[in-house]
Amino acid sequence: MSEATAAAHEDHHEMSFWAKYIFSTDHKMIAKQYLFTGLAMALVGGFFAYCFRMQLAFPGMDVPLYGIVSAGEYNALVTNHGTIMIFWVAMPVLIAAFGNFLIPLMLGCDDMVFPRVNRLSFQLFFLSTIVLLAAFFVPGGAFGGAWTAYPPLSAKAEYSLTPIGSSMWLVAVALEFVAFLLGGINFITTTMNARAQGMKAFDIPVVVWMIVMASIIFMLSVGPLVAGAIMLLFDQLLGTGFYDPGRGGDPVLWQHMFWFFGHPEVYVVLLPALGITLEVMSVFARKKPFGLRIIIYSAMGVGVLSFVVWAHHQFISGIDPRMANIFTITTLLISVPVAEMIFLFMATLYRGSITLSTPMLWALAFVAEFMIGGVTGIYLGDNASDIYFHDSYFVLAHFHYTFFPISIIAVFAGLTFWYPKMFGKMMNETLGKIHFWGTVIPFNLIFIPLFVLGIGGQHRRIFNYQHFTDLSSASFQDLRVFATIAMLVLLGFQFVFIYNYLVSMKKGPAAGKNPWRSNTLEWTTESPPPHGNFGGVFPTVYRGPYEYSVPDRESDYWPQDLPD
Amino acid sequence: MIESLIPALSSYARQIDFLITEVTVIVGVWLVAAEALFFYFIFKYRAREGHRADYITGDEPRMRKWLIGPVLVVFVCDIFLIVGALKTWSHIKIELPPPAVVIKVIGQQWAWTFIHPGADGRLDTADDIVTVDELHVEVDKVYHFQLESRDVVHSFSVPVFRLKQDAIPGRTITGWFKAIGTGSYDIQCAEICGLGHGVMAARIVIGSAEQHAAWIDASSAGNTLTAMYE
Amino acid sequence: MATGQLAVWWVVASEIVIFGGLLAAYIEYRMSHVEWAGYAAHTNVWAGGFNTFVLLTSSLAAVLAHQAAESGNGRKAAKLLGLTIVGALVFLTVKAFEWTAEIQAGYTISSNGFWAFYYTAAGIHAAHVIAGAIIMGFVARDALAGRELHRVELIGIYWHFVDIVWIFLFPLLYIAK
Repeated sequence: MSEATAAAHEDHHEMSFWAKYIFSTDHKMIAKQYLFTGLAMALVGGFFAYCFRMQLAFPGMDVPLYGIVSAGEYNALVTNHGTIMIFWVAMPVLIAAFGNFLIPLMLGCDDMVFPRVNRLSFQLFFLSTIVLLAAFFVPGGAFGGAWTAYPPLSAKAEYSLTPIGSSMWLVAVALEFVAFLLGGINFITTTMNARAQGMKAFDIPVVVWMIVMASIIFMLSVGPLVAGAIMLLFDQLLGTGFYDPGRGGDPVLWQHMFWFFGHPEVYVVLLPALGITLEVMSVFARKKPFGLRIIIYSAMGVGVLSFVVWAHHQFISGIDPRMANIFTITTLLISVPVAEMIFLFMATLYRGSITLSTPMLWALAFVAEFMIGGVTGIYLGDNASDIYFHDSYFVLAHFHYTFFPISIIAVFAGLTFWYPKMFGKMMNETLGKIHFWGTVIPFNLIFIPLFVLGIGGQHRRIFNYQHFTDLSSASFQDLRVFATIAMLVLLGFQFVFIYNYLVSMKKGPAAGKNPWRSNTLEWTTESPPPHGNFGGVFPTVYRGPYEYSVPDRESDYWPQDLPD
Repeated sequence: MIESLIPALSSYARQIDFLITEVTVIVGVWLVAAEALFFYFIFKYRAREGHRADYITGDEPRMRKWLIGPVLVVFVCDIFLIVGALKTWSHIKIELPPPAVVIKVIGQQWAWTFIHPGADGRLDTADDIVTVDELHVEVDKVYHFQLESRDVVHSFSVPVFRLKQDAIPGRTITGWFKAIGTGSYDIQCAEICGLGHGVMAARIVIGSAEQHAAWIDASSAGNTLTAMYE
Repeated sequence: MATGQLAVWWVVASEIVIFGGLLAAYIEYRMSHVEWAGYAAHTNVWAGGFNTFVLLTSSLAAVLAHQAAESGNGRKAAKLLGLTIVGALVFLTVKAFEWTAEIQAGYTISSNGFWAFYYTAAGIHAAHVIAGAIIMGFVARDALAGRELHRVELIGIYWHFVDIVWIFLFPLLYIAK
């Protein structure tokens, strides 16, 4: 297929603006569409966090660029912050953007197997984005029942007070699910069937493995929630009572359907982040990943186990308490393959030759910060201690110590690492390092105080802690203010990245094909790659992707496509 | 550790706190060791002129033990923590001790209603005391609470007791606690329940036997709220 | 596995999880609500049974269409796919009458939990029948011109899946009483 399509591509070349940029079927363009939409939504989600944290630090203040945050608006801001960061930032950037850009290039082929399905998936995703944001402008405002949308609150307008917003939120999320189910078709078929000659399974770069596994986990876990969402939509719009106890329904059913997806979902975003991190660590330590096959098998193990831990989100929700014991066992055991992967990543540094470039700083920060997120999860997987911590800021700090590394730190590692390939220019290293420290240090200064507040008994999703006698002490409020100021600093430093990202596209030094001296196939072609990727001559693969520092070779790297 | 920030005032609060301390010690040791080793590697193996990385895959015989060893220790730690968790959980959520007093807790958008037995010590009788947003209990007595919701999912949380239980509409869920100290503390709603979730603050007032008896007397006189609930 | 087949199986797998979730929820509710058996008594077993026969026959036509396509006979494949589509239309027509009667008798989607599941599950299934029939129309049009004959098998796989979902729905919604 590849050669015929390549020949066909050579023929048609004067493409209109619309064909080339808006209605493209080229995986690299679709990747950028997902990337820029995801990054724009990150700004939106970050803006929401700014608004609600300002309200928490200075209750009742007129927040610059927003206004006064009412109780209802606060709920809508936290709800959509969470929803956006997971579904409109983490997933499109980690899976759709990096997956679309890298997979055909790393596999040595010219595009995804179904380019038009690929385009359709982005169009649906873009539509879902519009629907989600439009909900802020309808009567009643945007949905404010948390990203978890538990009924009956989410099912009945008389409870949520956001009749239109609730349904729009739900439709947006459902459309996003369909977009990613469609996207997954391409990842798996292209990886299985369109590889370069000679590329065996373990010659496929880890990040591709991880994105494909993530797509499979997503597909297998989202089904019940799609069904559950249709049921919730019908409750909202058609007067059914699937979740209405007054009519024989069960609110807890939604929780099961939601979390059966919700827990695997965190691994859906974790695996690609781990993949990106490992690619970068391998290149900048000049070392093959330690225990590569075990890393891949551990990822599979995590994927499988992720399907049997979901009810740890529901320990005190009214499920049979004996079930809670079973889920504690499975939840604590899932720490085993995750820990294994982290140990193997660390061991990859052993006796390496480490260069602390900007991408490497981000990759190393991912490991260091994610470890904190991982260990704080133990307190929550343990059902008895979860009684205290459930719905507290401890949970919030835990998942920001996992999600922030996943959707921000690993993303910056990938963006800075593959920027030269995507845009043909090098980013500025000094600005890159300033941005790095200006992000990572404030990140910790935001969430460590939030751990403390959680231990002190502070619950989530409350717009003004001055209402609670035990939580309105000066020292607790100081922590809130401190965290908010740290957040302002963090947000401020993102402008350094935006500047670096945009200006380097024009003014950065030319990157050349392989500035990082990496082995994988994307670095064998031009930067940026031409339409068709390899100029009609597809590479043949002779070895795995990580043959760095091979003894008795003069060069410390050995590209996959070199015959010897 | 937790007590430095918030008192532990129920019979099982200390057990939960102890469990939290156990987890802290175990994960703390792991975290510190792992981070230290990680930063040590970054420092020790930084790129140096004329020096190349070694080619190590993990398949080498002397490396094999590192593939499995550390993670087996993690597994053992997990088992240890699981045992502690299950015991404490069963004590709190599965094996309810016989109650000295039974109360009803009803959540709704956006207030907590508490129904206490009156002087006759029995619930569902004419002298029951109904309050809104203020729960009165006696120290050193085992209480059962029957938790309900009138509309959406709420959650009854008393941080100083380390107590939390979701209130599901259409169900009555029973839990227990025994206060071991007196005073007045926050009750929070621990599940987002709409616009007023942030103002669903209530208070628990734990009194000594005399204080509690005095409160019952004062409340029973002129109590007209009993007929309020169905 | 051939690329087209892999893609169709991916679609089928995602749909299995969707329908699986829906039916698991339904089964859980049925088991905890004894009175639903009484509501289910008002479904029309004859209509359901007839529709089962129609779908199975249409699947047979799809299998024969695949055979024809394998031997390169696009015209025959297109005709057989046409028969499959006719089967789909008959199915949908029977359903339309069935639902009209039930709604007029007062059994609507908001009547109670059983009927909510009945219309939701059968409705989502019917949406898949419609989508499948439309795609099948395009495949048949191409097959008639001798093009893309491999797609006959692929739409056949999808059609069998839609059939199998109905094989689960029929006893769950109609027979369990």
